[in-house]
Amino acid sequence: MREELLSIIEKNSRIALKDLAVILCSDEITVANELAALENEGIICGYQTLIDWDKTTIEKVTGLIEVRVTPQRGRGFDSIAERIYNYPEVKTVYLISGGFDLLVILEEKSLREIANFVSDKLATLDDVLSTATHFILKKYKDNGTILSKKKDDEREIITP
Amino acid sequence: MKELSKKVEAIKPSGIRKFFDLVSEMEDVISLGVGEPDFDTPWHIRDEGIFALERGKTFYTSNLGLKPLRVEIANYIKRTQGIEYCPDNEIIVTVGGSEAIDIGIRAMVNEGDEVIIPQPSYVSYEPCTILANAKPVIINLKEENEFRLTAKELEAVITPKSKILILPFPNNPTGSIMTRENLEEIAKIVKKYDLYVMSDEIYSELTYSGKHVSIASLEGMQERTILINGFSKSYAMTGWRLGYALAPSSIIKQMTKIHQFTIMCAPTTSQYAAVNALKNGDEDVKMMRTSYNQRRRFLLNAFKEMNIECFEPFGAFYVFPSIKQFGMTSEEFATKLLKEERVAAVPGTAFGESGEGHLRISYAYSLDNLKIAMERFKNFIDKLRK
Repeated sequence: MREELLSIIEKNSRIALKDLAVILCSDEITVANELAALENEGIICGYQTLIDWDKTTIEKVTGLIEVRVTPQRGRGFDSIAERIYNYPEVKTVYLISGGFDLLVILEEKSLREIANFVSDKLATLDDVLSTATHFILKKYKDNGTILSKKKDDEREIITP
Repeated sequence: MKELSKKVEAIKPSGIRKFFDLVSEMEDVISLGVGEPDFDTPWHIRDEGIFALERGKTFYTSNLGLKPLRVEIANYIKRTQGIEYCPDNEIIVTVGGSEAIDIGIRAMVNEGDEVIIPQPSYVSYEPCTILANAKPVIINLKEENEFRLTAKELEAVITPKSKILILPFPNNPTGSIMTRENLEEIAKIVKKYDLYVMSDEIYSELTYSGKHVSIASLEGMQERTILINGFSKSYAMTGWRLGYALAPSSIIKQMTKIHQFTIMCAPTTSQYAAVNALKNGDEDVKMMRTSYNQRRRFLLNAFKEMNIECFEPFGAFYVFPSIKQFGMTSEEFATKLLKEERVAAVPGTAFGESGEGHLRISYAYSLDNLKIAMERFKNFIDKLRK
Protein backbone atom coordinates (compact mmCIF):
# COMPACT_ATOMS: atom_id res chain seq x y z
CA MET A 1 0.00 0.00 0.00
CA ARG A 2 2.86 2.35 0.88
CA GLU A 3 4.03 2.90 -2.69
CA GLU A 4 0.53 3.44 -4.04
CA LEU A 5 -0.35 5.78 -1.17
CA LEU A 6 2.76 7.86 -1.76
CA SER A 7 2.18 8.10 -5.48
CA ILE A 8 -1.38 9.33 -4.90
CA ILE A 9 -0.56 11.99 -2.32
CA GLU A 10 2.50 13.10 -4.21
CA LYS A 11 0.05 14.34 -6.84
CA ASN A 12 -2.74 15.40 -4.51
CA SER A 13 -1.98 15.83 -0.84
CA ARG A 14 -5.41 17.30 -0.17
CA ILE A 15 -7.32 14.14 -0.98
CA ALA A 16 -9.72 13.25 1.84
CA LEU A 17 -8.82 10.39 4.14
CA LYS A 18 -12.15 8.76 3.36
CA ASP A 19 -11.45 8.77 -0.38
CA LEU A 20 -7.93 7.49 0.17
CA ALA A 21 -9.29 4.58 2.18
CA VAL A 22 -11.79 3.72 -0.56
CA ILE A 23 -9.45 3.87 -3.51
CA LEU A 24 -6.74 1.95 -1.69
CA CYS A 25 -9.28 -0.68 -0.65
CA SER A 26 -8.42 -0.08 3.01
CA ASP A 27 -9.99 1.75 5.97
CA GLU A 28 -9.46 5.23 7.32
CA ILE A 29 -7.64 4.17 10.48
CA THR A 30 -5.10 2.07 8.61
CA VAL A 31 -4.45 4.85 6.11
CA ALA A 32 -4.14 7.48 8.84
CA ASN A 33 -1.66 5.27 10.71
CA GLU A 34 0.36 4.70 7.59
CA LEU A 35 0.48 8.43 6.87
CA ALA A 36 1.61 9.12 10.44
CA ALA A 37 4.29 6.46 10.13
CA LEU A 38 5.51 7.97 6.84
CA GLU A 39 5.70 11.37 8.50
CA ASN A 40 7.57 10.00 11.51
CA GLU A 41 10.06 8.20 9.35
CA GLY A 42 10.74 11.42 7.50
CA ILE A 43 9.54 9.94 4.22
CA ILE A 44 6.78 12.48 3.96
CA CYS A 45 8.65 15.72 4.64
CA GLY A 46 5.86 18.21 4.17
CA TYR A 47 2.71 19.14 2.26
CA GLN A 48 3.12 22.07 -0.06
CA THR A 49 1.14 23.90 -2.66
CA LEU A 50 2.27 24.31 -6.23
CA ILE A 51 1.64 27.94 -7.17
CA ASP A 52 2.11 29.58 -10.53
CA TRP A 53 3.18 32.99 -9.22
CA ASP A 54 3.33 34.38 -12.73
CA LYS A 55 -0.46 34.38 -12.80
CA THR A 56 -0.62 36.60 -9.71
CA THR A 57 0.39 40.24 -9.32
CA ILE A 58 3.05 39.25 -6.83
CA GLU A 59 6.57 39.62 -8.16
CA LYS A 60 8.85 36.65 -7.69
CA VAL A 61 12.21 36.01 -9.28
CA THR A 62 13.84 32.63 -9.19
CA GLY A 63 17.58 32.33 -9.45
CA LEU A 64 19.46 29.14 -10.14
CA ILE A 65 23.04 29.37 -8.94
CA GLU A 66 25.82 26.98 -9.78
CA VAL A 67 28.37 26.97 -7.00
CA ARG A 68 31.87 25.50 -7.03
CA VAL A 69 33.27 24.88 -3.56
CA THR A 70 36.25 23.32 -1.80
CA PRO A 71 35.13 20.27 0.09
CA GLN A 72 36.40 20.03 3.65
CA ARG A 73 38.45 17.24 5.04
CA GLY A 74 36.31 14.71 6.87
CA ARG A 75 33.03 16.53 6.19
CA GLY A 76 32.98 16.63 2.40
CA PHE A 77 30.39 19.08 1.12
CA ASP A 78 28.01 18.80 4.05
CA SER A 79 29.17 21.70 6.16
CA ILE A 80 29.42 24.19 3.30
CA ALA A 81 25.99 23.03 2.09
CA GLU A 82 24.64 23.62 5.58
CA ARG A 83 26.05 27.13 5.69
CA ILE A 84 24.21 27.88 2.46
CA TYR A 85 20.89 26.17 3.15
CA ASN A 86 20.55 27.89 6.52
CA TYR A 87 19.78 31.15 4.73
CA PRO A 88 15.97 31.31 4.74
CA GLU A 89 15.84 32.79 1.24
CA VAL A 90 17.47 29.64 -0.16
CA LYS A 91 14.74 27.30 -1.36
CA THR A 92 16.75 24.35 -2.56
CA VAL A 93 20.30 23.05 -2.33
CA TYR A 94 21.46 20.00 -4.26
CA LEU A 95 24.87 18.39 -4.47
CA ILE A 96 25.42 17.81 -8.15
CA SER A 97 27.78 15.77 -10.27
CA GLY A 98 29.47 17.45 -13.24
CA GLY A 99 31.06 20.84 -13.78
CA PHE A 100 30.08 22.36 -10.45
CA ASP A 101 29.24 21.12 -6.97
CA LEU A 102 26.13 22.71 -5.50
CA LEU A 103 22.97 23.88 -7.18
CA VAL A 104 21.28 26.58 -5.15
CA ILE A 105 17.79 27.80 -5.96
CA LEU A 106 16.73 31.12 -4.61
CA GLU A 107 13.42 32.91 -4.69
CA GLU A 108 13.32 36.65 -4.19
CA LYS A 109 11.24 39.68 -5.05
CA SER A 110 13.71 41.14 -7.53
CA LEU A 111 16.85 40.48 -9.54
CA ARG A 112 18.72 42.90 -7.29
CA GLU A 113 17.96 40.92 -4.19
CA ILE A 114 19.29 37.78 -5.79
CA ALA A 115 22.37 39.60 -6.99
CA ASN A 116 22.92 40.95 -3.48
CA PHE A 117 22.60 37.50 -2.00
CA VAL A 118 25.17 36.11 -4.35
CA SER A 119 27.68 38.91 -3.99
CA ASP A 120 27.27 39.60 -0.26
CA LYS A 121 26.56 36.22 1.23
CA LEU A 122 27.38 33.38 -1.10
CA ALA A 123 30.52 34.49 -2.94
CA THR A 124 32.12 35.72 0.26
CA LEU A 125 32.08 32.32 1.93
CA ASP A 126 35.62 31.02 2.28
CA ASP A 127 35.00 27.66 0.67
CA VAL A 128 33.13 29.04 -2.33
CA LEU A 129 35.44 29.12 -5.35
CA SER A 130 33.02 30.52 -7.93
CA THR A 131 29.36 31.06 -8.75
CA ALA A 132 27.28 31.31 -11.92
CA THR A 133 23.79 32.73 -11.60
CA HIS A 134 20.91 31.94 -13.98
CA PHE A 135 17.54 33.63 -13.81
CA ILE A 136 14.45 31.65 -14.64
CA LEU A 137 12.49 33.40 -17.36
CA LYS A 138 9.44 31.18 -17.57
CA LYS A 139 8.30 28.03 -15.86
CA TYR A 140 6.68 25.61 -18.26
CA LYS A 141 6.45 22.61 -16.01
CA ASP A 142 7.08 22.41 -12.30
CA ASN A 143 7.08 19.30 -10.16
CA GLY A 144 5.48 17.24 -12.90
CA THR A 145 2.70 19.73 -13.53
CA ILE A 146 2.41 21.68 -16.77
CA LEU A 147 1.74 25.25 -15.73
CA SER A 148 0.89 27.01 -18.94
CA LYS A 149 -2.44 25.54 -19.93
CA LYS A 150 -5.26 23.57 -18.49
CA LYS A 151 -6.19 20.72 -20.73
CA ASP A 152 -9.78 20.22 -21.75
CA ASP A 153 -11.32 16.81 -22.20
CA GLU A 154 -11.49 16.64 -25.97
CA ARG A 155 -13.10 13.24 -26.18
CA GLU A 156 -16.57 12.82 -27.62
CA ILE A 157 -19.09 12.81 -24.80
CA ILE A 158 -20.41 9.35 -25.58
CA THR A 159 -18.53 6.61 -27.41
CA PRO A 160 -19.16 2.88 -27.61
CA MET B 1 -33.80 7.11 -57.35
CA LYS B 2 -33.27 3.42 -56.94
CA GLU B 3 -33.43 1.94 -53.51
CA LEU B 4 -30.36 1.39 -51.36
CA SER B 5 -29.21 -1.83 -49.79
CA LYS B 6 -32.11 -3.46 -47.98
CA LYS B 7 -29.76 -5.29 -45.69
CA VAL B 8 -28.00 -2.15 -44.58
CA GLU B 9 -31.22 -0.17 -44.30
CA ALA B 10 -32.58 -2.83 -41.98
CA ILE B 11 -29.69 -2.46 -39.56
CA LYS B 12 -30.51 -0.28 -36.60
CA PRO B 13 -28.08 2.56 -35.97
CA SER B 14 -26.10 2.22 -32.76
CA GLY B 15 -28.24 2.92 -29.67
CA ILE B 16 -25.45 5.09 -28.44
CA ARG B 17 -25.81 7.46 -31.35
CA LYS B 18 -29.33 8.47 -30.38
CA PHE B 19 -28.20 9.31 -26.91
CA PHE B 20 -25.20 11.17 -28.21
CA ASP B 21 -27.43 13.48 -30.24
CA LEU B 22 -29.38 14.33 -27.12
CA VAL B 23 -26.24 15.02 -25.08
CA SER B 24 -24.57 17.17 -27.69
CA GLU B 25 -27.33 19.77 -27.42
CA MET B 26 -26.72 20.30 -23.72
CA GLU B 27 -24.19 22.29 -21.76
CA ASP B 28 -22.35 21.64 -18.50
CA VAL B 29 -22.78 17.92 -18.92
CA ILE B 30 -20.57 15.65 -16.86
CA SER B 31 -20.06 12.58 -18.95
CA LEU B 32 -19.59 9.04 -17.76
CA GLY B 33 -20.28 7.83 -21.25
CA VAL B 34 -16.96 7.34 -22.99
CA GLY B 35 -15.50 4.05 -24.04
CA GLU B 36 -11.92 5.27 -24.29
CA PRO B 37 -9.11 6.07 -21.88
CA ASP B 38 -8.72 9.59 -20.47
CA PHE B 39 -4.93 9.32 -20.55
CA ASP B 40 -2.95 10.79 -23.40
CA THR B 41 -0.94 8.27 -25.36
CA PRO B 42 2.36 7.99 -23.45
CA TRP B 43 4.82 10.53 -24.82
CA HIS B 44 7.49 8.03 -25.92
CA ILE B 45 4.92 6.37 -28.16
CA ARG B 46 3.78 9.66 -29.67
CA ASP B 47 7.41 10.65 -30.10
CA GLU B 48 8.05 7.47 -32.06
CA GLY B 49 5.12 8.34 -34.34
CA ILE B 50 6.56 11.82 -34.90
CA PHE B 51 9.99 10.33 -35.56
CA ALA B 52 8.50 7.99 -38.16
CA LEU B 53 6.99 10.98 -39.93
CA GLU B 54 10.25 12.90 -39.78
CA ARG B 55 12.08 10.02 -41.39
CA GLY B 56 9.49 9.97 -44.15
CA LYS B 57 7.97 6.63 -43.20
CA THR B 58 4.82 7.54 -45.00
CA PHE B 59 4.30 4.69 -47.42
CA TYR B 60 2.03 1.65 -47.34
CA THR B 61 3.29 -1.21 -45.26
CA SER B 62 2.81 -4.82 -46.26
CA ASN B 63 -0.81 -5.97 -46.07
CA LEU B 64 -0.17 -7.91 -42.89
CA GLY B 65 1.54 -4.93 -41.25
CA LEU B 66 5.16 -4.03 -40.49
CA LYS B 67 7.23 -7.09 -39.85
CA PRO B 68 8.89 -5.62 -36.69
CA LEU B 69 5.43 -4.90 -35.32
CA ARG B 70 4.23 -8.45 -35.99
CA VAL B 71 7.36 -9.76 -34.30
CA GLU B 72 6.67 -7.58 -31.25
CA ILE B 73 3.05 -8.72 -31.17
CA ALA B 74 4.24 -12.34 -31.25
CA ASN B 75 6.67 -11.59 -28.39
CA TYR B 76 3.95 -9.90 -26.42
CA ILE B 77 1.48 -12.76 -26.68
CA LYS B 78 4.23 -15.24 -25.88
CA ARG B 79 5.20 -13.42 -22.70
CA THR B 80 1.64 -12.71 -21.54
CA GLN B 81 -0.19 -15.87 -22.60
CA GLY B 82 2.58 -18.34 -23.34
CA ILE B 83 1.33 -19.06 -26.85
CA GLU B 84 3.31 -18.86 -30.05
CA TYR B 85 2.19 -17.28 -33.29
CA CYS B 86 4.28 -17.03 -36.41
CA PRO B 87 4.74 -13.36 -37.44
CA ASP B 88 4.85 -14.41 -41.10
CA ASN B 89 1.40 -15.90 -41.51
CA GLU B 90 -0.55 -15.98 -38.24
CA ILE B 91 -0.74 -12.27 -37.41
CA ILE B 92 -2.49 -9.43 -39.19
CA VAL B 93 -2.41 -5.77 -38.15
CA THR B 94 -5.78 -4.09 -38.60
CA VAL B 95 -7.47 -0.72 -38.33
CA GLY B 96 -8.50 -1.09 -34.72
CA GLY B 97 -9.95 -4.23 -33.22
CA SER B 98 -13.16 -3.32 -35.05
CA GLU B 99 -11.76 -4.17 -38.45
CA ALA B 100 -10.46 -7.48 -37.14
CA ILE B 101 -13.97 -8.33 -35.92
CA ASP B 102 -15.48 -7.51 -39.29
CA ILE B 103 -13.02 -9.30 -41.52
CA GLY B 104 -12.70 -12.22 -39.13
CA ILE B 105 -16.42 -12.92 -39.30
CA ARG B 106 -16.54 -12.37 -43.04
CA ALA B 107 -13.60 -14.70 -43.57
CA MET B 108 -15.31 -17.56 -41.77
CA VAL B 109 -19.06 -17.62 -42.36
CA ASN B 110 -21.24 -18.85 -45.16
CA GLU B 111 -24.79 -17.72 -45.72
CA GLY B 112 -26.99 -18.88 -42.88
CA ASP B 113 -24.18 -19.84 -40.53
CA GLU B 114 -24.86 -18.88 -36.97
CA VAL B 115 -22.66 -16.58 -34.93
CA ILE B 116 -23.25 -16.85 -31.21
CA ILE B 117 -23.06 -13.46 -29.51
CA PRO B 118 -23.27 -13.10 -25.75
CA GLN B 119 -24.84 -9.78 -24.75
CA PRO B 120 -24.54 -7.21 -23.26
CA SER B 121 -21.47 -6.65 -25.37
CA TYR B 122 -19.82 -4.28 -27.78
CA VAL B 123 -22.13 -2.95 -30.45
CA SER B 124 -20.52 -4.22 -33.63
CA TYR B 125 -20.69 -8.03 -33.47
CA GLU B 126 -24.35 -8.23 -34.45
CA PRO B 127 -24.31 -5.85 -37.44
CA CYS B 128 -21.04 -7.33 -38.72
CA THR B 129 -22.65 -10.77 -38.59
CA ILE B 130 -25.70 -9.58 -40.49
CA LEU B 131 -23.58 -7.81 -43.11
CA ALA B 132 -21.72 -11.09 -43.62
CA ASN B 133 -25.04 -12.82 -44.38
CA ALA B 134 -24.79 -14.90 -41.25
CA LYS B 135 -27.32 -15.18 -38.49
CA PRO B 136 -26.69 -13.67 -35.05
CA VAL B 137 -27.76 -15.89 -32.18
CA ILE B 138 -27.90 -13.90 -28.97
CA ILE B 139 -27.20 -15.27 -25.52
CA ASN B 140 -28.56 -12.97 -22.86
CA LEU B 141 -26.01 -13.05 -20.09
CA LYS B 142 -27.37 -12.94 -16.58
CA GLU B 143 -26.65 -10.62 -13.73
CA GLU B 144 -26.71 -13.49 -11.22
CA ASN B 145 -23.73 -14.97 -13.08
CA GLU B 146 -22.05 -11.58 -12.99
CA PHE B 147 -22.55 -11.48 -16.75
CA ARG B 148 -20.17 -14.36 -17.40
CA LEU B 149 -20.95 -16.88 -20.10
CA THR B 150 -21.72 -20.37 -18.78
CA ALA B 151 -21.29 -23.66 -20.62
CA LYS B 152 -24.95 -24.40 -20.08
CA GLU B 153 -26.07 -21.16 -21.73
CA LEU B 154 -23.78 -21.84 -24.66
CA GLU B 155 -24.85 -25.43 -25.19
CA ALA B 156 -28.51 -24.42 -25.09
CA VAL B 157 -28.24 -22.34 -28.30
CA ILE B 158 -26.09 -24.65 -30.38
CA THR B 159 -27.54 -25.94 -33.65
CA PRO B 160 -25.91 -27.70 -36.61
CA LYS B 161 -25.51 -24.23 -38.14
CA SER B 162 -23.47 -22.83 -35.22
CA LYS B 163 -20.13 -21.62 -36.48
CA ILE B 164 -18.47 -18.94 -34.35
CA LEU B 165 -18.69 -18.08 -30.68
CA ILE B 166 -17.87 -14.47 -29.93
CA LEU B 167 -16.15 -14.20 -26.58
CA PRO B 168 -16.08 -10.55 -25.49
CA PHE B 169 -14.15 -10.58 -22.22
CA PRO B 170 -13.06 -8.49 -20.31
CA ASN B 171 -16.42 -7.12 -21.25
CA ASN B 172 -17.61 -3.76 -22.43
CA PRO B 173 -20.14 -2.70 -20.97
CA THR B 174 -20.33 -4.91 -17.88
CA GLY B 175 -16.67 -5.09 -16.83
CA SER B 176 -17.15 -8.83 -16.38
CA ILE B 177 -14.20 -11.19 -16.88
CA MET B 178 -13.85 -14.94 -17.46
CA THR B 179 -11.47 -16.91 -15.25
CA ARG B 180 -9.42 -19.85 -16.47
CA GLU B 181 -11.99 -22.25 -14.94
CA ASN B 182 -14.86 -20.46 -16.67
CA LEU B 183 -13.02 -20.64 -19.99
CA GLU B 184 -12.20 -24.33 -19.61
CA GLU B 185 -15.92 -25.11 -19.36
CA ILE B 186 -16.59 -23.07 -22.48
CA ALA B 187 -13.68 -24.67 -24.35
CA LYS B 188 -15.14 -28.15 -23.77
CA ILE B 189 -18.38 -27.18 -25.49
CA VAL B 190 -16.56 -25.36 -28.28
CA LYS B 191 -14.51 -28.46 -29.06
CA LYS B 192 -17.48 -30.81 -28.66
CA TYR B 193 -19.44 -28.94 -31.34
CA ASP B 194 -16.45 -27.99 -33.44
CA LEU B 195 -16.95 -24.22 -33.21
CA TYR B 196 -14.59 -21.36 -33.89
CA VAL B 197 -14.05 -18.73 -31.22
CA MET B 198 -13.55 -15.06 -31.85
CA SER B 199 -12.07 -13.83 -28.60
CA ASP B 200 -12.15 -10.05 -28.36
CA GLU B 201 -9.51 -9.29 -25.76
CA ILE B 202 -9.08 -5.57 -26.36
CA TYR B 203 -9.32 -4.92 -22.58
CA SER B 204 -6.89 -7.72 -21.68
CA GLU B 205 -4.46 -5.40 -19.90
CA LEU B 206 -7.20 -3.92 -17.75
CA THR B 207 -8.03 -6.59 -15.20
CA TYR B 208 -7.99 -6.09 -11.46
CA SER B 209 -7.98 -9.54 -9.92
CA GLY B 210 -5.05 -11.28 -11.51
CA LYS B 211 -3.85 -11.58 -15.06
CA HIS B 212 -6.15 -12.03 -18.02
CA VAL B 213 -6.33 -15.54 -19.47
CA SER B 214 -6.91 -16.01 -23.19
CA ILE B 215 -9.01 -18.94 -24.31
CA ALA B 216 -6.44 -19.47 -27.07
CA SER B 217 -3.96 -20.53 -24.41
CA LEU B 218 -6.09 -23.53 -23.39
CA GLU B 219 -5.29 -26.90 -24.83
CA GLY B 220 -6.54 -27.47 -28.34
CA MET B 221 -8.00 -23.96 -28.62
CA GLN B 222 -5.37 -21.99 -30.50
CA GLU B 223 -6.21 -23.85 -33.71
CA ARG B 224 -9.86 -22.73 -33.58
CA THR B 225 -9.52 -19.22 -32.12
CA ILE B 226 -9.18 -15.78 -33.63
CA LEU B 227 -7.65 -13.70 -30.88
CA ILE B 228 -8.35 -10.01 -31.32
CA ASN B 229 -6.50 -7.32 -29.45
CA GLY B 230 -5.17 -3.84 -30.10
CA PHE B 231 -3.53 -0.73 -28.76
CA SER B 232 -6.54 1.49 -28.05
CA LYS B 233 -7.31 0.56 -24.48
CA SER B 234 -4.04 -0.74 -23.06
CA TYR B 235 -1.86 2.08 -24.38
CA ALA B 236 -4.52 4.80 -24.63
CA MET B 237 -4.20 4.90 -28.42
CA THR B 238 -7.82 4.96 -29.64
CA GLY B 239 -7.29 7.61 -32.28
CA TRP B 240 -4.33 5.78 -33.81
CA ARG B 241 -6.75 3.09 -35.01
CA LEU B 242 -4.61 0.05 -34.56
CA GLY B 243 -5.51 -3.51 -33.67
CA TYR B 244 -4.57 -7.01 -34.66
CA ALA B 245 -5.80 -10.54 -35.05
CA LEU B 246 -3.94 -13.74 -34.26
CA ALA B 247 -5.25 -16.92 -35.81
CA PRO B 248 -4.25 -20.06 -37.68
CA SER B 249 -2.66 -19.20 -41.02
CA SER B 250 -5.63 -20.68 -42.95
CA ILE B 251 -7.92 -18.03 -41.43
CA ILE B 252 -5.40 -15.16 -41.61
CA LYS B 253 -4.96 -15.96 -45.29
CA GLN B 254 -8.65 -15.36 -45.98
CA MET B 255 -8.82 -12.30 -43.73
CA THR B 256 -5.83 -10.83 -45.55
CA LYS B 257 -7.72 -10.89 -48.84
CA ILE B 258 -10.57 -8.79 -47.47
CA HIS B 259 -8.11 -6.47 -45.72
CA GLN B 260 -6.04 -6.16 -48.89
CA PHE B 261 -8.97 -5.09 -51.03
CA THR B 262 -10.73 -2.83 -48.53
CA ILE B 263 -8.04 -1.34 -46.29
CA MET B 264 -4.69 -2.17 -47.90
CA CYS B 265 -2.79 -1.68 -44.66
CA ALA B 266 -3.20 -0.13 -41.23
CA PRO B 267 -1.87 3.45 -40.80
CA THR B 268 1.91 3.40 -41.12
CA THR B 269 2.65 6.07 -38.51
CA SER B 270 0.55 4.20 -35.99
CA GLN B 271 2.36 0.97 -36.71
CA TYR B 272 5.77 2.50 -36.01
CA ALA B 273 4.48 4.03 -32.78
CA ALA B 274 2.97 0.68 -31.76
CA VAL B 275 6.32 -1.09 -32.02
CA ASN B 276 7.56 1.29 -29.36
CA ALA B 277 4.41 0.76 -27.27
CA LEU B 278 4.98 -2.99 -27.11
CA LYS B 279 8.69 -2.63 -26.43
CA ASN B 280 8.63 0.12 -23.81
CA GLY B 281 5.05 0.52 -22.66
CA ASP B 282 4.75 -1.92 -19.76
CA GLU B 283 5.27 0.73 -17.09
CA ASP B 284 2.66 3.00 -18.62
CA VAL B 285 0.13 0.20 -18.71
CA LYS B 286 0.82 -0.55 -15.07
CA MET B 287 0.39 3.08 -14.08
CA MET B 288 -2.93 3.35 -15.94
CA ARG B 289 -4.20 0.07 -14.55
CA THR B 290 -3.44 1.20 -10.99
CA SER B 291 -5.22 4.45 -11.59
CA TYR B 292 -8.32 2.77 -13.11
CA ASN B 293 -8.43 0.38 -10.20
CA GLN B 294 -8.53 3.28 -7.72
CA ARG B 295 -11.43 4.85 -9.57
CA ARG B 296 -13.19 1.52 -9.86
CA ARG B 297 -13.09 1.16 -6.08
CA PHE B 298 -14.31 4.72 -5.67
CA LEU B 299 -17.34 4.14 -7.90
CA LEU B 300 -18.24 0.79 -6.38
CA ASN B 301 -18.13 2.37 -2.96
CA ALA B 302 -20.20 5.33 -4.10
CA PHE B 303 -22.93 3.05 -5.46
CA LYS B 304 -22.83 0.93 -2.35
CA GLU B 305 -23.35 4.02 -0.20
CA MET B 306 -26.31 4.98 -2.38
CA ASN B 307 -27.77 1.49 -1.99
CA ILE B 308 -27.53 0.83 -5.69
CA GLU B 309 -26.83 -2.75 -6.58
CA CYS B 310 -23.68 -3.29 -8.53
CA PHE B 311 -21.71 -6.51 -8.87
CA GLU B 312 -17.97 -6.05 -8.66
CA PRO B 313 -16.51 -5.96 -12.16
CA PHE B 314 -12.88 -6.99 -12.49
CA GLY B 315 -12.11 -5.82 -16.00
CA ALA B 316 -12.20 -2.98 -18.54
CA PHE B 317 -13.13 0.46 -17.17
CA TYR B 318 -16.85 0.15 -16.63
CA VAL B 319 -19.21 -0.57 -13.81
CA PHE B 320 -22.71 -1.75 -14.65
CA PRO B 321 -25.02 -0.86 -11.76
CA SER B 322 -28.62 -2.00 -11.63
CA ILE B 323 -31.30 0.68 -11.58
CA LYS B 324 -34.21 -1.75 -11.51
CA GLN B 325 -35.37 -0.52 -8.08
CA PHE B 326 -36.48 2.76 -9.67
CA GLY B 327 -39.01 1.10 -11.95
CA MET B 328 -37.80 2.80 -15.10
CA THR B 329 -36.23 1.46 -18.27
CA SER B 330 -32.53 2.13 -18.71
CA GLU B 331 -33.28 4.62 -21.41
CA GLU B 332 -35.84 6.52 -19.34
CA PHE B 333 -33.48 6.59 -16.40
CA ALA B 334 -30.50 7.74 -18.44
CA THR B 335 -32.54 10.41 -20.21
CA LYS B 336 -33.96 11.76 -16.96
CA LEU B 337 -30.53 11.69 -15.31
CA LEU B 338 -29.14 13.65 -18.19
CA LYS B 339 -31.92 16.22 -18.30
CA GLU B 340 -32.22 16.78 -14.57
CA GLU B 341 -28.67 16.41 -13.30
CA ARG B 342 -26.67 16.71 -16.50
CA VAL B 343 -24.87 13.45 -16.06
CA ALA B 344 -24.47 11.35 -19.19
CA ALA B 345 -24.34 7.58 -18.79
CA VAL B 346 -25.13 5.02 -21.44
CA PRO B 347 -28.30 2.92 -21.05
CA GLY B 348 -27.49 -0.78 -20.75
CA THR B 349 -29.82 -1.57 -23.63
CA ALA B 350 -27.39 0.07 -26.06
CA PHE B 351 -25.40 -3.16 -25.70
CA GLY B 352 -28.26 -5.61 -26.06
CA GLU B 353 -31.65 -6.24 -24.53
CA SER B 354 -30.14 -8.03 -21.56
CA GLY B 355 -28.60 -4.72 -20.54
CA GLU B 356 -32.08 -3.54 -19.56
CA GLY B 357 -32.21 -2.28 -16.00
CA HIS B 358 -28.56 -1.25 -16.04
CA LEU B 359 -26.37 1.71 -16.88
CA ARG B 360 -22.88 1.61 -18.23
CA ILE B 361 -20.76 3.94 -16.12
CA SER B 362 -17.27 4.53 -17.42
CA TYR B 363 -14.46 5.36 -15.04
CA ALA B 364 -12.10 6.64 -17.67
CA TYR B 365 -12.29 10.00 -15.89
CA SER B 366 -10.32 11.76 -13.19
CA LEU B 367 -11.31 11.11 -9.61
CA ASP B 368 -12.40 14.74 -9.26
CA ASN B 369 -14.69 14.35 -12.22
CA LEU B 370 -16.16 11.13 -10.85
CA LYS B 371 -16.77 12.78 -7.50
CA ILE B 372 -18.86 15.54 -9.01
CA ALA B 373 -20.74 13.00 -11.12
CA MET B 374 -21.54 10.87 -8.09
CA GLU B 375 -22.78 13.90 -6.16
CA ARG B 376 -25.15 14.69 -8.97
CA PHE B 377 -26.16 11.06 -9.24
CA LYS B 378 -26.98 11.04 -5.55
CA ASN B 379 -29.13 14.18 -5.88
CA PHE B 380 -30.99 12.47 -8.65
CA ILE B 381 -31.82 9.26 -6.84
CA ASP B 382 -32.63 11.12 -3.62
CA LYS B 383 -35.32 12.95 -5.57
CA LEU B 384 -36.56 9.69 -7.07
CA ARG B 385 -36.80 8.04 -3.71
CA LYS B 386 -38.84 10.85 -2.12
